[in-house]
Amino acid sequence: MIRESIKMSWQNISHNKMRSFLTTLGIVIGVTSIIALITIVQGVTGEVTNQFESLGAGKITIQAPGTPLKQGLTDNDIKRLSDIEDVEGVSPTLSIQGSVVRNASVEEGIRIEGKNEVYFQHNPDLISRGRGFNILDMESKNRVAIINETLEEDLFWGEDSIGEAMQINGTTYTVVGVTNNDISTDMMSMGGSGSESKVIIPYQTAMGIAGVGNTSSLELLVSDSNKTDEVIQNVELILNQAFNYKENSYSIINMEDLLDVMNSMTDMMTMMLAGIASIALLVGGIGIMNMMLVSVTERTTEIGLRKALGAEPKRIQLQFLIESIFLSLLGGLIGLVLGLGISWIVSNVIGFTFVPSSGAIGLGVGFSAAVGIIFGWAPARKASVLNPIDALRSV
Amino acid sequence: MMSKEILCMKDIVKVYQMGDEEQAILKGIDLKVCKGEFISILGPSGSGKSTMMNIIGCLDMPTSGEYILSNRIIADLGETELAQIRSKEIGFIFQSFQLLPRLTAIQNVELSLIYSGVPAVERRKKAQKMLERVGLEEKVNHYPNQLSGGQQQRVAIARALATDPTILLADEPTGALDQKTGQQVMELFRELHEEGRTIIMITHDVNIAKKASRLVKILDGNLLEEVVEDD
Repeated sequence: MIRESIKMSWQNISHNKMRSFLTTLGIVIGVTSIIALITIVQGVTGEVTNQFESLGAGKITIQAPGTPLKQGLTDNDIKRLSDIEDVEGVSPTLSIQGSVVRNASVEEGIRIEGKNEVYFQHNPDLISRGRGFNILDMESKNRVAIINETLEEDLFWGEDSIGEAMQINGTTYTVVGVTNNDISTDMMSMGGSGSESKVIIPYQTAMGIAGVGNTSSLELLVSDSNKTDEVIQNVELILNQAFNYKENSYSIINMEDLLDVMNSMTDMMTMMLAGIASIALLVGGIGIMNMMLVSVTERTTEIGLRKALGAEPKRIQLQFLIESIFLSLLGGLIGLVLGLGISWIVSNVIGFTFVPSSGAIGLGVGFSAAVGIIFGWAPARKASVLNPIDALRSV
Repeated sequence: MMSKEILCMKDIVKVYQMGDEEQAILKGIDLKVCKGEFISILGPSGSGKSTMMNIIGCLDMPTSGEYILSNRIIADLGETELAQIRSKEIGFIFQSFQLLPRLTAIQNVELSLIYSGVPAVERRKKAQKMLERVGLEEKVNHYPNQLSGGQQQRVAIARALATDPTILLADEPTGALDQKTGQQVMELFRELHEEGRTIIMITHDVNIAKKASRLVKILDGNLLEEVVEDD
């Protein structure tokens, strides 16, 4: 019985090709936009989340400007922080500006960062040529520097800078490594500043240039990211003691918390976009309903005849219902292909990984089938309760 | 004449609501039809003969009175059972043929078999046989608009015959045909009658009505007289 109804529905849809196509267009647009929007948003946020994770997993960032009496953390405080259980290393940061000179090339106002060996151990991809700092550089206070590709281009004009000498604020340093512009290692430098000229020197040396003895910005590397909360508790304890429980003397940023906030924000955005796209689906459903009502009116005689030949009301209803489900599913499938196609193109243009979301596909197909049932119900019911006499007489 | 009674109407009344007024279309009809009879119901337009046909065909229900078809009291049946009665007991033939234009001749014939639940292969065979019976074996795959009026009506007759119904119920079967093709259709009816089919034909045309073996006149909702023709 269902097979016959499907066959009859298909005959009718394929007979009115143009009309069926126009009717499904609303559904096509709705499903296309739902699938494209969800896939694109999920792809982009997936990409951003990955970047976040590579920067932030297992990292606790501490900003400790301190109090007027005690600005920043002493070496002893840092020693205590590094002794906390599950803390793998401490990577302090100091950022100053200075001039860099090589032969006749002078670059003013260059960002000079002080880092230690831990920083390079934890960002192994950062160095594109040469090497990062090691423990010897730190302990023997070697005058070594690592520059980024932009600065190398400006100072060395395409020549290899490794092993070459240059002056930072008048003191000679040897270049030991070059960093990759494309890789950012901390939240602050994310978002486009990667191509700005930059030079990294040993942390202690940078402190000497800056004339400070304490550390006010550092990252703790946690060996087990599940233990982050315990580590933070210990950090707070030490910092409170260090700054005598003074308010606003420090702040702790946990990357995992940020990630959670971001994830819930993108989830909300996905839902909002899907909601907007569902409006198109609703409009499409009304289109189908309209077409089905027209179809019932047009085929009044046919319905009457079928009833006279012994078609039961529920069978007539089933036939029209199948027809509307067919129409909307057809639109759903076309929309699915279009939506995935569009998001594939966009993923290539913007440059994120194209991952067809099973949720979006399920939603699109499920929604279109539901639209078929909901908006097909009333016309199908109308057809099924038609009085056969009136129906046959309408010729 | 065979005596097995297959249709019995007792005091059938049909009242339609026309605005505020009630109008009786059928005013107490009694009719008995036996198996193998060929009966015409003759009446001018407005006499109630269409209503009569709808009630006989179980498309409409009488306001009062008793209608028994093949030993079943029609008033007691639900929508689904009525659909089954229409499918198995009655073969409709309409004035305007009522073929579905998108279906070929054989598909149109198969339509009635679909609703009586005949499997696809058997359906095709039966439909083929029926089209052969009405002399259209060469038009099996033609669409209605490729057939003449007479041929279309013969497809409709094949469709009505396909389910092997108890009664063939024809409503002005020659109404849309010219005289010659009309006579051919009547000839087919005569043959079917000789094969033992029970036929009820509704018409306003005396000459057509006279081809039946029994003639009943309907006027103003009453079955006025019952004349048994000498065959």
